[in-house]
Amino acid sequence: MEKHVVVIYPHPDDESFGAAGTIAKFREEGVPVTYLCGTLGEMGRNMGSPIFANRETLPDIRKKELIDACEILDMDLKMLGYRDKTIEFEDRNQIALDLKSYLDKIKPSLVITHYPDYAVHPDHNALGAAAIEAVRLMPSEDRPIVWAQAISNDYEEVLGKPEIENDITAIFDKKMDAILAHASQAQGVLGQRRDEASGDIDLKEIAKHNMGIERFYIWKY
Amino acid sequence: MKPIELEKVQKIIDGFKNKEVYVHLETTNGAYASHINKKAYNVGAYIRNAKVSFNQAKIVGNGKSYRVGLKMEMGWIYAEGLTDWTIHEDSKLLMAGHDREGRLMVSLQISETPFSY
Repeated sequence: MEKHVVVIYPHPDDESFGAAGTIAKFREEGVPVTYLCGTLGEMGRNMGSPIFANRETLPDIRKKELIDACEILDMDLKMLGYRDKTIEFEDRNQIALDLKSYLDKIKPSLVITHYPDYAVHPDHNALGAAAIEAVRLMPSEDRPIVWAQAISNDYEEVLGKPEIENDITAIFDKKMDAILAHASQAQGVLGQRRDEASGDIDLKEIAKHNMGIERFYIWKY
Repeated sequence: MKPIELEKVQKIIDGFKNKEVYVHLETTNGAYASHINKKAYNVGAYIRNAKVSFNQAKIVGNGKSYRVGLKMEMGWIYAEGLTDWTIHEDSKLLMAGHDREGRLMVSLQISETPFSY
């Protein structure tokens, strides 16, 4: 059993779309989970549907959504205070040291983050790389396992099959609740999928189809 | 935000003329554009808290979508596709253009005090 799991993603909602089922499973087993959330998604373009946010109110709205989602998933939350879309321009080593200071305190047995260069959003790639660097900076005997999540359309062709495939359909309701806690984002993100599918399909079915399995690569140092 | 009312917005931007103001100007089609559609391009730009001064300001449009041009001593600030507006914290003018899904595509915001950073 894991001792403590730390999830490192840059945006409020990355945890819900990407790993809510995995997080919920760990919590069911009684494993503590801490989310280090990089930004408040200040520059997101989804403003709710119908619109209820604007560029200036979005950060506070997303902060509240993030807190609610973490409550639903019953995980501890630390907000790192970086700014959306800018992580790749910050000093990577400095971010790695920042992340390491949390890891040194929490001493997790597992870290979940994005797979650098295969995670589509520049913030995902940059924070994933910094998280992997943070763990690398630890003495090898103290290093937690790192699960890296790839998102790009081609990742499986290039990287092969992910070692971890968590079928989370049994606790999908929990994941859906966490996703819907991000009210300003959920409709827009799920609706994007609806554009691809034909006809008027239930958003939850779309989510289940696309996100019923959470996949991770075990990072090799 | 609410649909742009030309006369009201014109009056407000007039009020910012010949003052030192902070501008947020942005356009985006999202970080996932080419992930979701192979033929699409990821394009976006923003500048936040540019300190400027303009002496001419005009909003023009067809009742749905508007353009704003602000003339500075040495150049212009321009935004197209603005559809909605609101006043934030009593004094900051926010204008934005949203697509049919409610996603922000463009924004132009003007304030005498800086936007949070």
